Amino acid sequence: MAKMNMLHAINSALDITMNEHPQACIFGEDVGYFGGVFRATSGLQEKYGKHRVFNTPLTEQGILGFANGLAAFGAPALAEIQFADYIFPAFDQIVNESAKFRYRSGNEFNVGNLTIRTPYGGGIAGGLYHSQSPEAYFAHTPGLKLVVPRNPYQAKGLLRACIKDDNPVIFFEPKRLYRASVGEVPEEDYTLEIGKAEVVKTGSDVTLLAWGAQMEIIEQAAAKAEEAGISCEVIDLRSILPWDVETVAKSVVKTGRLIVSHEAPITNGFGAEIAATIQQECFLHLESPIARVCGLDTPYPLALEKEYVPDALKVFAAIKKSVEF
Amino acid sequence: MTNPNNISLNISHALKFIDSHALDIPMLTILGDNGEVLEGAQAPDIDKETALRLYSTMRFIRLLDERMQAAQRQGRVSFYMQCLGEEAAITASAAALKQDDMIMAQYREQAAIAYRGFTLEQFMNQLFSNEKDLGKGRQMPVHYGSKELHYMTISSPLGTQIPQATGYAYGQKLKHIDKETGKLGSEIDNVTICYFGEGAASEGDFHAGLNMAAVHEAPVIFFARNNGYAISTPADEQFKGDGIASRGVGYGIKTIRVDGADALAVFAATQAARKIAAEQGEPVLIESIAYRLGAHSTSDDPSGYRSKEEEAAFKANCPIERFKKWLLKQGWLDEKEDEAAKDKIREDILAAVKVAEKVQKPALEELVSDVYDTPIPSLQKQYEELKEHIKQHPDAYPVTAGRIK
Repeated sequence: MAKMNMLHAINSALDITMNEHPQACIFGEDVGYFGGVFRATSGLQEKYGKHRVFNTPLTEQGILGFANGLAAFGAPALAEIQFADYIFPAFDQIVNESAKFRYRSGNEFNVGNLTIRTPYGGGIAGGLYHSQSPEAYFAHTPGLKLVVPRNPYQAKGLLRACIKDDNPVIFFEPKRLYRASVGEVPEEDYTLEIGKAEVVKTGSDVTLLAWGAQMEIIEQAAAKAEEAGISCEVIDLRSILPWDVETVAKSVVKTGRLIVSHEAPITNGFGAEIAATIQQECFLHLESPIARVCGLDTPYPLALEKEYVPDALKVFAAIKKSVEF
Repeated sequence: MTNPNNISLNISHALKFIDSHALDIPMLTILGDNGEVLEGAQAPDIDKETALRLYSTMRFIRLLDERMQAAQRQGRVSFYMQCLGEEAAITASAAALKQDDMIMAQYREQAAIAYRGFTLEQFMNQLFSNEKDLGKGRQMPVHYGSKELHYMTISSPLGTQIPQATGYAYGQKLKHIDKETGKLGSEIDNVTICYFGEGAASEGDFHAGLNMAAVHEAPVIFFARNNGYAISTPADEQFKGDGIASRGVGYGIKTIRVDGADALAVFAATQAARKIAAEQGEPVLIESIAYRLGAHSTSDDPSGYRSKEEEAAFKANCPIERFKKWLLKQGWLDEKEDEAAKDKIREDILAAVKVAEKVQKPALEELVSDVYDTPIPSLQKQYEELKEHIKQHPDAYPVTAGRIK
């Protein structure tokens, strides 16, 4: 075990992969000698060569097009999109190509070797275009997997699982936590299962559900609630696609209440899918309406970020409302 | 760093713009209308066996296209796209490659997969989306693909294959890169060819793919089929520059323009391009000029946007006839045998249509397979629910109801 921040943990997962597959390549904007704008790929070009760790021209659709081709060839393609806000030029390559590669060819070809890493989320004074959480757009696309880690240990184990998984995966990295989150991480290789949520705290009155950086917020809200005598069960969804209906439903059957929280705008956010499924699965067990504490339906703001974000206080207010319903 | 802007260091004191059509790009032509090698031209190194395989592929595709266009009009298949007029461009370029070089095509390149050995039965299974189709009946007709034949399955979105070809070719090059120097250490055994139309070259993916191929030195042959039309939009409403070839130079890519109705010119250019890609580890751009003699697809009617006179003028320049005349001059083809072969192909196609249209559609299971390597739980649940529903209403779903396990 070693103390690592999330960037170190990601770097370690990439290092293991590069060592494991002689043809694995890491590419994206500024990921080469510079090691990425957040330094997630620091030192890897020196170690594995410019032909395997390289800067690309500034073209997200090109990065993903290239990645699809390289993955179809059979080499692990580790593509970085510098900010999730800039993934949209690559939307066609991801949604129409990566996601459908296996299906449309009858499994003659696939891009299971593709892993897309991209930092997402707010909290860094990034305004409209360095703060977005675009997971819901991709959650509407069969063929993709979407994974979000909450801390360094999760980041390394989940990223390794994404790379090994034989399907294209988008790995959303909570950039606010890149350096802020520090923890014990094994130096050796390990994986955490994709598609499995984790109950990080058991409780009996209400279930709180989030993923990635928002986990810290709902844990803070849970602590406040405990002080008020409300027992919260806290769940990290970890995978958005596929998502672990069973674990969430089991918890809601027990607590009778569910609050889902994400930074992305509320309308059509992934919380909507969770609410719809859980009311279907747990209808007769619900004591109150499923609540969503999310971003407003605005672009991500700058000066008024604090007002916009679903902070612990808003989550706590929703908890009280739910138990008092 | 002496040249951070990565430009040629050529200082001038005279204010002068470079003309927008400064490159006066020539078009390589080798074969004359009567099958003669033109004066000053040199026929490529092509053996009899390759030449005949090339010819018989073009002959087959012309007949397949005629027959399947008719089959669509009869309502037997839902959709079709002909290669008409571009047979030489596609077939001769495919013939200049190794059998296991990757082909990433747009959609009108059935001649390339035919050249590789895709059987008549395989064509029919795809066109009728039956259970024997390698693509499991999921895509519209003409979206062929075969791992065995190194022919990437077609995807309808235009141009997406261009940056993918760059990535694929980069993968092919990886093992040939010397780890110590980072330079090409040996000749690349397999390269990629990427076909697209002049219309698709307006997509952002074209720019991304060519620029990345140049920067990352991917051994890919970009084969632009400038056939004059993107559905109804003529090339002069598509771009202002000198064809697609002029752009190659902008990307720092070796470029050539060829007469796409001239099988020998296409073969020669592609053979040379392959050599550059494999030996030097870099991309090449070929722009082929051949008129799209047919409609864009069976859903299109060109009479609405171009004249009969224009079509007739190009019809006279048949790429297959031109190559056939050369073969006859070589003494490699017998006209009588050729006619007999055509009759046989027509009969075979008719028979194959009758077989393929009776083969049943894919089983229900193929609706949900291959979305992922294994179905995820939510999809598995949806599948079970659908099966139950179909079992309760078998008459409403006759294609699959009888075969649900």
